[in-house]
Amino acid sequence: MESQELSLKKKPTSPRSLINSFWTGIASLCMIITLIPLFAVLVFVTLQGFRRINFDLFTQLPPPPGLSEGGIANAIIGTLITVAIATLIAVPIGVLAAVYLSEFSEGNQIAYWVRFATNVLSGVPSIIAGVFAYGLLVASGIVGFSAIAGGVALSVLMLPTIIRTTDEALQIVPQDVRWAAFGIGAYKYQTVLKIVLPAAIPSILTGVTLAVARAAGETAPLIFTALFSNFWPSPPPKGLLEPIATLSVLVYNYAIVPFKPQQELAWAGSLILVLLVLITSVTARWATRQKTY
Amino acid sequence: MTATPSRRQTGVGFRPHTEKTFDTGFVWLTLAFALTIGLILLSIAIIITWRAWPAIQTYGLGFLFSSSWNPVKGREEFGALPVIYGTLVSSLISLVIAIPLGIGTALFLSENFIPLKFRTPLVFLVELLAAIPSVVYGLWGIFVLIPLVNPIAVWLHDYLGWIPIFSTPPAGGPGMFPAGIVLSIMILPIITAISRDSLACLPPDLRQASLGLGATRWETIFRVLIPAAFSGIVGGIMLALGRAMGETMAVTMIIGNVNRISVSILEPANTISSLIANQFAEASGMQVAALMYAGLVLMILTFVVNIIADYIVSQVKAKY
Repeated sequence: MESQELSLKKKPTSPRSLINSFWTGIASLCMIITLIPLFAVLVFVTLQGFRRINFDLFTQLPPPPGLSEGGIANAIIGTLITVAIATLIAVPIGVLAAVYLSEFSEGNQIAYWVRFATNVLSGVPSIIAGVFAYGLLVASGIVGFSAIAGGVALSVLMLPTIIRTTDEALQIVPQDVRWAAFGIGAYKYQTVLKIVLPAAIPSILTGVTLAVARAAGETAPLIFTALFSNFWPSPPPKGLLEPIATLSVLVYNYAIVPFKPQQELAWAGSLILVLLVLITSVTARWATRQKTY
Repeated sequence: MTATPSRRQTGVGFRPHTEKTFDTGFVWLTLAFALTIGLILLSIAIIITWRAWPAIQTYGLGFLFSSSWNPVKGREEFGALPVIYGTLVSSLISLVIAIPLGIGTALFLSENFIPLKFRTPLVFLVELLAAIPSVVYGLWGIFVLIPLVNPIAVWLHDYLGWIPIFSTPPAGGPGMFPAGIVLSIMILPIITAISRDSLACLPPDLRQASLGLGATRWETIFRVLIPAAFSGIVGGIMLALGRAMGETMAVTMIIGNVNRISVSILEPANTISSLIANQFAEASGMQVAALMYAGLVLMILTFVVNIIADYIVSQVKAKY
């Protein structure tokens, strides 16, 4: 008895220990409840979407309302085109802006404000990006409802991710590498383009892929910039200037119609989007684990 | 006369003029692209204000307090009060659900409850929750969540109907309540990630000192860690609020899109972003301007919330 009173160990049955275990239980419960929706979404999307996965899905146009054949090939192509346009706009701007931030700014006031603007931009609701692209391009008559307008809207959403990941990736590249390049007489642009950027490429690519995956799933900015189309996109350049189908808008449109075949296509589209996100997230994780330096 | 060879003759340290110009040009080019980010932000604000200008002139600040939404040509009247109300209330519901869950999850993932090798995949899974496209949550919400939530709504009305927010019998379809739940799922990862970060930022001495005095793990968490990480957690909640207010697709598909203010959360409602998503593609004339005005309001709301959140979070990083 004596020895027990002297022990520093807390008695597992004391009220304090019990309260401690109680809260541990609550925290574990929070963890479990948080993960339930993830599994619920994954399970339902897989079950519902998998039924409709077949060859036609990837090669045919959507059927007229009520009919059950057909696929979502035009939406898949449309998503690829729109996201490609967004990537072509966002990657050069994002990467070069990040180069300035990490290589040339020396932490000056400009860099502070650019980083601040990037943070604010990442908080801009996706629908506002759509309204912006509409106001900039569609309402002013520069281009109509089109893949280009949709791509511009998506690029606004991709930019913050690309800038942040590139900025971080460049800062991880050791200073010695730059000194070595300067030491043998390289110019700044040579050092950046031939030494620093290549060294950071894996991480930059990861950031770009994550941004692409996010953009591919975005719907709100596309419903009034790219609109939708039930037909094959025309060959470029004409096809880039016409309304175009995308997977995410297809899911939205078909989720709210009362026809079973359309709803099935919506689930199949969701499955493709979710797989895209899962695969990119997992590979991105795996790729950044193997750092160059 | 012994001439020392000039730099030009030896080539050491000699740089052709064009290359030097090119080099400076490259630095300026990157600067220009960096400034583009600010320019984009600015042009978003300018273009939306410009397109909203006709509505701003016609309705002025009264737009914020009027409830009518009549796009019929000739008798147009627009007011954003119901959608502003819906935006704030749906975000509030989502926060009420997500804050305890998020902080609980963050504590579970930041303290040593389970070994690191189990914690890392759990953190990844929570991140995945944020990666799932909004429209997929919407589809799932329509076909899975709404039928699932309905019995809960009926129960809430039957037993807690005397509370105004549960005062109307649920119609069994879309509404504010399921929309709030979907929003809470979507903002959970943000609250979790930032709370976890601010807990992980705390110096280990704090924990050791508290545990050394004989406090239990949860006494340490409640009396030392949460107070110390409080501002970071609040920052995370603010960021989540900003996200919830701007979230569009899932809410549009689940909230019911009814422009009416109702105290009961079991009724359908509407948010600013849902209003825009629903009407923009078919709008014309003054309606476009009114929707742009609503967008401007949304942008200002999220800007303010995000900037405050950003400030709080950056202060926390500076502290430790």
